[in-house]
Amino acid sequence: MKNYADQLFRFLFQAPVETSSYALIWYGLFIFLVAGALLFFAANFAGITSFVERRIAARIQSRIGPNVVGPQGILQWVADGIKLLLKEDLIPDRADRFLFRTAPYFVFSGLFTAFVALPFGFGIVAADLNIGIYYIFAVTSLVVVGIIMGGWSSNSKWAMFGALRSAAQIISYEIPTALSLIPVILLTGSLSTQDIIKSQGGMPWNWNIFHSPFTLACFIIFFISALAEGNRIPFDLPEAESELVSGYNTEYSGFRFLVFPMAEWANLWVIGAMVSLTYLGGWQIPFVSIETLSGSPWLILLSVAVFAGKTSLVVFFIIQIRWTLPRVRVDQMTLVCWTYLAPVCLASIIGTMIWMLVFPWESMAGFVIRVIMSGIGAGAVIFYIMRIRYNYLSGKAAYEKMKGIPLWYPFWRLP
Amino acid sequence: MEEMILNMGPQHPSTHGVLNFLIITDGEVIHQALPNVGYLHRGIEKLAEQTPYTTFIPFTDRIDYLSAMFANHVYVMAVETLANIEVPERGEYLRVIACELNRIASHLISTGALALDIGASTPFVHWIRERECINDIMEALCGARLTYSYMRVGGVSRDISQNIKDAVLKFLDHFEPIIDEYNRLISFNGIFIKRLANVAIISQVDAVNFGLVGPNLRGSGIEMDIRRAIPYGVYDRFDFKIPIGLGFQGTLGDSYDRYFVRILEMKESCSIVRQALETLPPGDIRTKIKRNLKIRENECYTCVESARGEMGIYLVSDGSDRPYRLKIKTGSFTAMSIVEKISQGLMVADLIALIGSLDVVAPEIDR
Repeated sequence: MKNYADQLFRFLFQAPVETSSYALIWYGLFIFLVAGALLFFAANFAGITSFVERRIAARIQSRIGPNVVGPQGILQWVADGIKLLLKEDLIPDRADRFLFRTAPYFVFSGLFTAFVALPFGFGIVAADLNIGIYYIFAVTSLVVVGIIMGGWSSNSKWAMFGALRSAAQIISYEIPTALSLIPVILLTGSLSTQDIIKSQGGMPWNWNIFHSPFTLACFIIFFISALAEGNRIPFDLPEAESELVSGYNTEYSGFRFLVFPMAEWANLWVIGAMVSLTYLGGWQIPFVSIETLSGSPWLILLSVAVFAGKTSLVVFFIIQIRWTLPRVRVDQMTLVCWTYLAPVCLASIIGTMIWMLVFPWESMAGFVIRVIMSGIGAGAVIFYIMRIRYNYLSGKAAYEKMKGIPLWYPFWRLP
Repeated sequence: MEEMILNMGPQHPSTHGVLNFLIITDGEVIHQALPNVGYLHRGIEKLAEQTPYTTFIPFTDRIDYLSAMFANHVYVMAVETLANIEVPERGEYLRVIACELNRIASHLISTGALALDIGASTPFVHWIRERECINDIMEALCGARLTYSYMRVGGVSRDISQNIKDAVLKFLDHFEPIIDEYNRLISFNGIFIKRLANVAIISQVDAVNFGLVGPNLRGSGIEMDIRRAIPYGVYDRFDFKIPIGLGFQGTLGDSYDRYFVRILEMKESCSIVRQALETLPPGDIRTKIKRNLKIRENECYTCVESARGEMGIYLVSDGSDRPYRLKIKTGSFTAMSIVEKISQGLMVADLIALIGSLDVVAPEIDR
């Protein structure tokens, strides 16, 4: 981001920033600007995703969903936020008041500092850290501290159950999450998010996911463990609403409560961005090399759109999973982690190392295998879409005959 | 080792009404779960002693709001038995149609709520959508969507019209394929099976000893159905199977068996409704009875197969126009008694699956 700060200074004051005596102030100002922009983005993304998720859920459950506040209900999240702001901030009797009040800050800061190292497009990243991936893992671990603090200090047994489950879950799933990214780091030789994307290409066979069967396995494992870290169904045990009332946030109310779901929805972007940057080629545009990309601002904007598109697809998929699957039990959750995910990850790391020696990235054999692998991936996507289509069509005719109204309607039109 | 006492309910999302469980746990593992019933006791049995025979029918709706038709049925059957009232054939057929539709509606809620307890919210909403169709039919048939009061002493309150017949057939045509779709969505889902199979196994001996009835008993593999064992009404004229648990995905008598027996029963109910509509005889729907019905000193026990198993009424008359004593036997109450034995060693999440699979309804426990 430093070069953007320099360029903006030169554009505004017609002087290089290095010679200016206000360089330090300018950089400080710019950091605040970027941080504000990130916070703005994260908060708005969380809000809009909450609305989008409710609409998608309504579509899956053949309901209508929120459609009153604003056009098509798009401002529902603003109304919800204002409502929660106006609520009384209750603290339970005999709760640990200090920890109870502080817990939301940990959750909030843990998630939102992760946005610092996440890229948004070519060269558009708040801080291109050379330990980017490592940094994201480190700061998102703060979230569980907040959850445990909130659950423990609430003086409620349900909240404590949620906190303890969360501790078990996140400690378990940190390991496959981190291990499943090692093949990417092996392939790239760097922890920087920008370098990881630069080492991939625009076309699917240049993505890390299709490098070998081992990276494909690691991709699936990373996706599953990211779901578990984000407390999403089928791993939403810490706040299992039918078992633990609401889990760790049972006793929270008002804006302090809002922080928890907001962090959950902001975490969707973090998961989606991590998946797409490590395995799905990030912001790489097909048929555009990095040299041409760096020259044109329009192509950079296109790269932002490509990255946002890939991330949104992953987010959509996560939302669809949430409204389809039931929840696993707490012992099954840890069992899956330690008996399947972690060993497969370790095997995949060794497998990827051998694969890199036998079929180097540039070799013809490696290329052919990557093309075949991407064909398999495309087949899986097509199978997934056809399966949804089959399920949709199987109930459609009967439903429309019964009710006399269409089962599906385009999203821009009210039913 | 220190144990924790946990109060689950009466305000808890998945106790299916106001129920309280006192759980003694070690972490997530339950050492003992003591059901504490009585939060919904309304004294319906005592109210019956103050109410004339024909006026008591709306009270029976409130015994079990998810399957009100069966409570109607068993009560009017008791009064008819005592007063020697013959019900016209058409009335009996209409009772069967209404009861079986109600059984489908009740099982929809039961199986959907179990999926909701396991964490999948979509199946429940889909089932509510289907149940809405039944509610519409019921509204056309008897004017109410939940508390029907459709039965009368001596018959039923309203006749079925051709429009309603068509609506029922349309619904059945629509609904039978939907069961398969629902099975694809949730019944054969891997996580769902893992959560329910081999969990909370009730052996055949336990099921009989604790007096389980209905789908809970059949889930343990015992072929016992009041419709077949003590045929009442015109049920002996229909051809239907009694689905029993076979250990579909695990052990015989686990939560999944109890769940899947209900799914299979819905298909059988559809077939019974079809048969009843085909062979619906013409004639009266109700015999005329005296306005002020007085029954000489006598007593009787009648029972029907409700959605939650055997629902019985023991009625004692003393020659006046109101019962001397009325005792209601329901399936949920006996189902609650087995929770304490079965829940030992389960996880908290399994207890919720167990309550869901036993299909208890709080007002039916307490009356």
